[in-house]
Amino acid sequence: MAASDPTPMRERAAEYLLRRHRFRAYEALPWLIAIAAFFVFPDRMTFGSQVLIMIMFALSLDLILGYAGIVTLGHAAFFGVGAYVVGLGAARLGYTEPISGLVAAALISALVGFITGWFLLRYRGLTLLMLTLATAIMFQEAGNLRSDISGGYDGLPGLVFQPLLGKFEYDLYGHTNYVYALVVLAVMFYFVRRITYSPFGQALTGIRENVRRMHAIGSPVHLRLVTVYTIAAGIAGVAGALFTQTNAYVTLTVFDFENSAKVMVMLILGGTGRLYGAFAGAAVYMLLEDHLSKLSPTFWQFGIGLLLVLAVLFARRGILGLFEDASAYIAKKRSKP
Amino acid sequence: MTAALEVKDLNRSFGALSVTRDVNLALERGARHALIGPNGAGKTTLINLITGALKPNSGSVLLNGEDITAIGQADRARRGLARTFQINQLFRGLTVLENLCMTIGERDGHCNNLWRSAGARRVVIDEALDHLQSLRLVDDALKLVRELPYGRQRLVEIAIALAQRPRVLLLDEPAAGVPSSESHLILDVVAALDPEIAVLIIEHDMDVVFRFAKEITVLVQGAVFTKGTPKEIQANADVRAVYLGEESGLGGTRHG
Repeated sequence: MAASDPTPMRERAAEYLLRRHRFRAYEALPWLIAIAAFFVFPDRMTFGSQVLIMIMFALSLDLILGYAGIVTLGHAAFFGVGAYVVGLGAARLGYTEPISGLVAAALISALVGFITGWFLLRYRGLTLLMLTLATAIMFQEAGNLRSDISGGYDGLPGLVFQPLLGKFEYDLYGHTNYVYALVVLAVMFYFVRRITYSPFGQALTGIRENVRRMHAIGSPVHLRLVTVYTIAAGIAGVAGALFTQTNAYVTLTVFDFENSAKVMVMLILGGTGRLYGAFAGAAVYMLLEDHLSKLSPTFWQFGIGLLLVLAVLFARRGILGLFEDASAYIAKKRSKP
Repeated sequence: MTAALEVKDLNRSFGALSVTRDVNLALERGARHALIGPNGAGKTTLINLITGALKPNSGSVLLNGEDITAIGQADRARRGLARTFQINQLFRGLTVLENLCMTIGERDGHCNNLWRSAGARRVVIDEALDHLQSLRLVDDALKLVRELPYGRQRLVEIAIALAQRPRVLLLDEPAAGVPSSESHLILDVVAALDPEIAVLIIEHDMDVVFRFAKEITVLVQGAVFTKGTPKEIQANADVRAVYLGEESGLGGTRHG
């Protein structure tokens, strides 16, 4: 037996885990782009805030789909609950302070996530897909049933919120909203990033990779899943609340199946389980949707469909997966000139 | 002294098919117990009943004297019951080191922490590396499990079980699927297991069974056919007839 000294390899292996969670330089890129956009496209900030909101929504889905491997087609339920918490608060209760509105939306969506998750997360695969889908539809129909309260499909129009922190008025160009959404996204992102690099986050990837093994090593799988589902629901609720606040308007379409499906497409397009996949996917999708729908108001979805087909055929791991492959290829070329 | 693991009158059937019938089994601390029997005798089902992956129709399972029949698989694992699988059940998309760190994290309850970075706990990483080192896996620490040859993956399977710090270890054909040129690596590891751990092994290679085990239970059609020391089992004509007859190498003569 070759008695090679394992110490150097041990150090290298340990270093890898010790450093993995540290911030890297390239992680500044999406934020720099977001800040640059504020100065380069000052007249597109309304659209910009919608992009940021969808990034947040996709990020919350990444936590459960990309990390924990929970497949859901009802994530819009939590977005919708958050949207209606601030919407109803403003329209029916006259509660218009935006930031405490976000907190309330986060807590109530999280509670809904906890309750539905507790029951639904005993199931997997197709069963879970159908049950989550049904949950979102039930919320939508409940709203429809009491359209006297919810405003139904006509929505709750003309909501007015107090200035941010009592100081910043909402301008016509959406500048305030953009900065507001960006700051909230940064806070949510920091949360999500901490979670994904925590031991809890590791356990989530373990559940995704092999749930039988997780049971065998003594992991309380159901508890882990319900916990992350609750958190993701809370973040989706914040995204929904921001949606209502920035649009000053909300209708029952936020609960649409299309909304659940769209956020999943965004995430898959960007790359699941990669944190920044939500950024890449949501931004590319929204930009494309914006351009294509101007180009061809009737057939713009063809372009999105084509992109998705291409992504599934040639970039299974999404846009970020492509970047990873490219950088691995370059590194390989460099190592042997 | 209470047995480390005790199985009492265990029964389990799938529809009309009884796969476990009135099985009784006891492992003392530090036991080296082999479970043998022809294919379909219900060996893996018995393991699944012991670990809690399956629920019995009747009977009970005791771990260090505590009745664990009613509690779930994860709780049993945290009480010191570890297993390996006949077919690898690993976190294939993660590195070997992460496979081990996660096991330790779940064992010690670190995985309830959502905030602190997993990498911030040097102790866990060092312990994971210790386990890998004892199985000569350090060089593979940063490789993804799915990139490893099957034989090395089998070792990771054992490393995970050992990282649970088990008091009772159930090995379901640890060398299954490994080319015979490499299987000695795994069997050496099995032979060198901590003498404090009670080990139950399912194995088809009779050489391994007779060398490793101090007690053998023969399972046929879900029921205990007989039990005894390797010598008794080797000398038992009935066992030869029902089971060993199928194998050609009885008595370890095959390898001269």
